[in-house]
Amino acid sequence: MSERPDRPARRDWPLWEIFVRSRRGLSHTHVGSLHAPDAEMALRNARDLYTRRQEGVSIWVVPAAQIVATSPDEKDAFFDPAADKIYRHPTFYDIPEGVDHL
Amino acid sequence: MYGNDFGSAPEPVERAQTASEEELEAAFQAIIDGDGRIEPRDWMPEAYRKGLVRQIAQHAHSEIIGMQPEGNWISRAPSLRRKAILMAKVQDEAGHGLYLYAAAETLGVERADLLDMLHTGRQKYSSIFNYPTLTWADMGAIGWLVDGAAIVNQVPICRCSYGPYARAMVRICKEESFHQRQGFEILHTLSKGTPAQHAMAQDAVDRWWWPSLMMFGPSDAESTHSAQSMRWGVKRFTNDELRQRFVDMTVPQAEVLGLRMPDPDLRWNAERGHYDFGDIDFDELTRVIKGNGPCNAQRMAHRRRAHEEGAWVREAADAYAAKQVARTTPQSTPEAVA
Repeated sequence: MSERPDRPARRDWPLWEIFVRSRRGLSHTHVGSLHAPDAEMALRNARDLYTRRQEGVSIWVVPAAQIVATSPDEKDAFFDPAADKIYRHPTFYDIPEGVDHL
Repeated sequence: MYGNDFGSAPEPVERAQTASEEELEAAFQAIIDGDGRIEPRDWMPEAYRKGLVRQIAQHAHSEIIGMQPEGNWISRAPSLRRKAILMAKVQDEAGHGLYLYAAAETLGVERADLLDMLHTGRQKYSSIFNYPTLTWADMGAIGWLVDGAAIVNQVPICRCSYGPYARAMVRICKEESFHQRQGFEILHTLSKGTPAQHAMAQDAVDRWWWPSLMMFGPSDAESTHSAQSMRWGVKRFTNDELRQRFVDMTVPQAEVLGLRMPDPDLRWNAERGHYDFGDIDFDELTRVIKGNGPCNAQRMAHRRRAHEEGAWVREAADAYAAKQVARTTPQSTPEAVA
């Protein structure tokens, strides 16, 4: 069962994050992840796993280890600066009745 | 779909040092009570994490083991059309297993460890797959009843409080509906066919009806996980509620099929607005879960053999990947792939 007794530290292939463009004109969207030994296999496996019903016309695979993310812990402080700037939204402004195209 | 949130997944995060356990738990429960979703790197109670690993892994194992009863009939499907459909369905089950393993891994477990736990019997899979598929009609009964029961169980999990599990479930539910319809179509064709075909369809329903009802688990009075799972938004309905929903949906479909459920106590109860049904033999469920169903040993032996016989493929793929890396970056050793 333990197929790699010589290397117990990592028995799973690296994890890849999969992004699929569902059709032309749309951006790639994250759809899930999978394990694969290399990028080419990741692409083939992603095709079989995430586009069995023609869900995509293009696939990106990204090594999960290469993605840098904000920490959930920092969330409040990190995103705080935008919280008190509601004037960035058009709905912030009062416009007199009868003004069109604004 | 999963969103590992990238970083060492479920380390009880740094925030734990500045907030007390009670504060963390209150914040966690507030997200759930507000119908929000918990994501992989959020603080979560250890019991929540453990319970989800157990449930998602068991769900993933069920998809993987679930390929066997149907795989049994691919080479004997009655037409090329049926064969292509059955292959697509079994391939979907493999896909569902992979979505779910990936969701479980966001909770900080490794795929290889989950497979080890399946192979050594430390984690379970659904008891339904320990029943044999004796005739072609069983492909119909599995699609209609077993996948039908699975859908009733799974639809509420699309709103599970744990984001990665819920997202996997949305995808799975979309794909399951073809599974149920193709099963219904198989039984419909057989039931309207020759007397022998009709009898074969009826026999399959006779054998799969009760085990399908057992898929919803023990009755609410006996269920050990329910209350906490409800509070944590992992479970939305009780076992008995879901079972009743399945019975109410399925019995009218049986009438269209021209097939009978093997239950003399089954009848419409106008007062309740539901079908009444007979007592379920939960001793049978316990027996099968404990490993003494008709096919437990066969299913596990097959799974272990498939895994062991695939070892050389995994090793070859690893070796090839290492060689590619060595070629493009001459100074690095193959170990660097890890």
